[in-house]
Amino acid sequence: MKNEIPLWEVFIRSKNGLEHRHCGSLHAEDAEMALNNARDVYTRRSEGVSIWVVESKHITASNPDQSAELFEPANDKVYRHPTFYDLPDEVKHM
Amino acid sequence: MKPIKELNPTFLTQEENKEHLINYLLETADNYLILGQRLGELCGHGPNLEPDIAITNISLDLLGQVRSFYQYIAQLKANQTTEDDIAFLRKEREYKNVLLVEQPNTDFGYVIVRQYFFDVYNRMFLNALQQSADETLRSLAFKGIKEAAYHERFSGDWLKRLGDGTEESHHRVQQAVDDLWIYTDELFHSTASSKAMMEAGVAPDMLQLREYYYEKVEQLLETATLKVPEVEYFQKGGKKGMHSEYMGRILAEMQYMQRTYPNSRW
Amino acid sequence: MSEAEIKNLEEQFEAKIAADEKIEPKDWMPEKYRKTHIRQISQHAHSEIVGMLPEGNWITRAPSLRRKVALLAKVQDEAGHGLYLYSACETLGISREQMYEDLHSGKAKYSSIFNYPTLTWADIGAIGWLVDGAAIINQVPLCNTSFGPYARAMVRVCKEESFHQRQGYEIMLSLCNGTEEQKQMAQDALDRWWWPSLMMLGPTDAASTHTEQSMKWKLKRKTNDELRQQFVDQTVPQADILGLTIPDPELKWNEETGHYDFGEIDWDEFWQVVKGHGPMNKKRLEDRKNAWENGAWVREAATAYARKQNDRKSKSA
Repeated sequence: MKNEIPLWEVFIRSKNGLEHRHCGSLHAEDAEMALNNARDVYTRRSEGVSIWVVESKHITASNPDQSAELFEPANDKVYRHPTFYDLPDEVKHM
Repeated sequence: MKPIKELNPTFLTQEENKEHLINYLLETADNYLILGQRLGELCGHGPNLEPDIAITNISLDLLGQVRSFYQYIAQLKANQTTEDDIAFLRKEREYKNVLLVEQPNTDFGYVIVRQYFFDVYNRMFLNALQQSADETLRSLAFKGIKEAAYHERFSGDWLKRLGDGTEESHHRVQQAVDDLWIYTDELFHSTASSKAMMEAGVAPDMLQLREYYYEKVEQLLETATLKVPEVEYFQKGGKKGMHSEYMGRILAEMQYMQRTYPNSRW
Repeated sequence: MSEAEIKNLEEQFEAKIAADEKIEPKDWMPEKYRKTHIRQISQHAHSEIVGMLPEGNWITRAPSLRRKVALLAKVQDEAGHGLYLYSACETLGISREQMYEDLHSGKAKYSSIFNYPTLTWADIGAIGWLVDGAAIINQVPLCNTSFGPYARAMVRVCKEESFHQRQGYEIMLSLCNGTEEQKQMAQDALDRWWWPSLMMLGPTDAASTHTEQSMKWKLKRKTNDELRQQFVDQTVPQADILGLTIPDPELKWNEETGHYDFGEIDWDEFWQVVKGHGPMNKKRLEDRKNAWENGAWVREAATAYARKQNDRKSKSA
């Protein structure tokens, strides 16, 4: 029997006030085990205060072939950035 | 947590009390040492990487506890005894661990059942020990309880998976339960030293927790679709230094370096 | 896709790497890139896992509690590193199960150094000092390799490994500051691990088939011979501090080149071990196979249990 154990993605909050960040993946048969395994594998050196696990198959990813249409249109919207606006140097706190 | 009782400041100045406390510490810490050693045998041989790593974590927790307990003993002895003298240089009859922890790693089922039987006890024990009249023991218990809670979660989860998994796993783990059940009662046996420490408020009365222990374990066995074994007789002896035949081999391996090269630093 | 289109994609791909951009799993990549990476990353992962065995051989016999916990933690780290690397490799579309199968069947390779036995406690020191030392030289440049998941795994590995070599060297220091017997034990370990450590950095540049392509894809930054020279140069002074003698009569400082010259490596031995004739090849694979096969019922149980739990959940919903 081919028995492939599901893959999970692990996200760890290193301390309160910071976001959970992806730190890697692992195999586990169920969510409980994924959480335990994440604790044992990825927080051996006090790396975390909170863990999220999600089965990899539930992640929907954008397609790199569509990167151009998805992300490039944002490149020319310079007016969304503060440096677009010219102000005299005397103006402070802005 | 607050102690149930304050320790009389002159308590440890009496040799007899000190001796009892040292024995009591050994009865506790030797369990951690031998179980930690058994789990150490498994490193690199687990059923998959994740449980391999998890079991080593448990081993490291236990060995960490051993060191704290032995260092405390060394401090009480105040005669230049070190943690390693205590760990490696006693004779077999001087080790006071229960028979349960020296049982072999027959298969992953045995490893999990042995662990779960010990973890439930250990967690209850450390929980109660947080109210010890002895300050050092209180702080050791406070540190250990968090580890023990996780160990129980790990072994309990696996026990359910194996019991309620496949027919084969059910059969194997039932076998382990049947074989190891006879070693559980000894966890609750008192000794002269544990009694003396109980009277002083240093040690919790584990006999009171025995019923709760079996309730808890039996409940999990039921969830895991496993049968509670019926036994007529429980094995004992470890606390008095009468071990199984496995023990000599465990020690032969563990003490090999210290015995072959006496008085060396590593 | 037409041939011209593929060629165009390949050019863009190579330009991306040349510009130090990372390749991520879903990006288009030449088949050869995928295959080379599966081979190298899985081989690297296998080396971590098989590498647990020679050191694991001494966990139960470590001479002090402090040494025992340090060694346990180190061997456990290797399991962790294997796991990170297998995960990185899986993003290329191969399962961990498949990689294990390739290891067990002998199709996939792992670092040959682990086919030597650990005979004394000093071997644990020598492995940490020399084998991890050589591994670090190999691994640090990989933190900047072109394949994103591999580079990220290596960052984590290198960060965690920083204590491994120190652990080994400290063991050697204690032995060398100890009794005459201990010092001999240390020298004997160095004698046995020195040459295999040099071989570990790979065949000579002349005999190495992959170097040029690997350089382009940043799987390598320096050639095997350059890495070996770096290793010798940094290790000789460390041996001096220990008061140990490196078992190479031809070893000497070359004022002109600013490097140590060293003797000829026995490449015949190297290739024999690679081919499976090392003293421990059979035992190492057997141990890995046993662990995996003996664990089959456990993994099956966990899968069955998860399925039952899911069924129960959906029934009660």
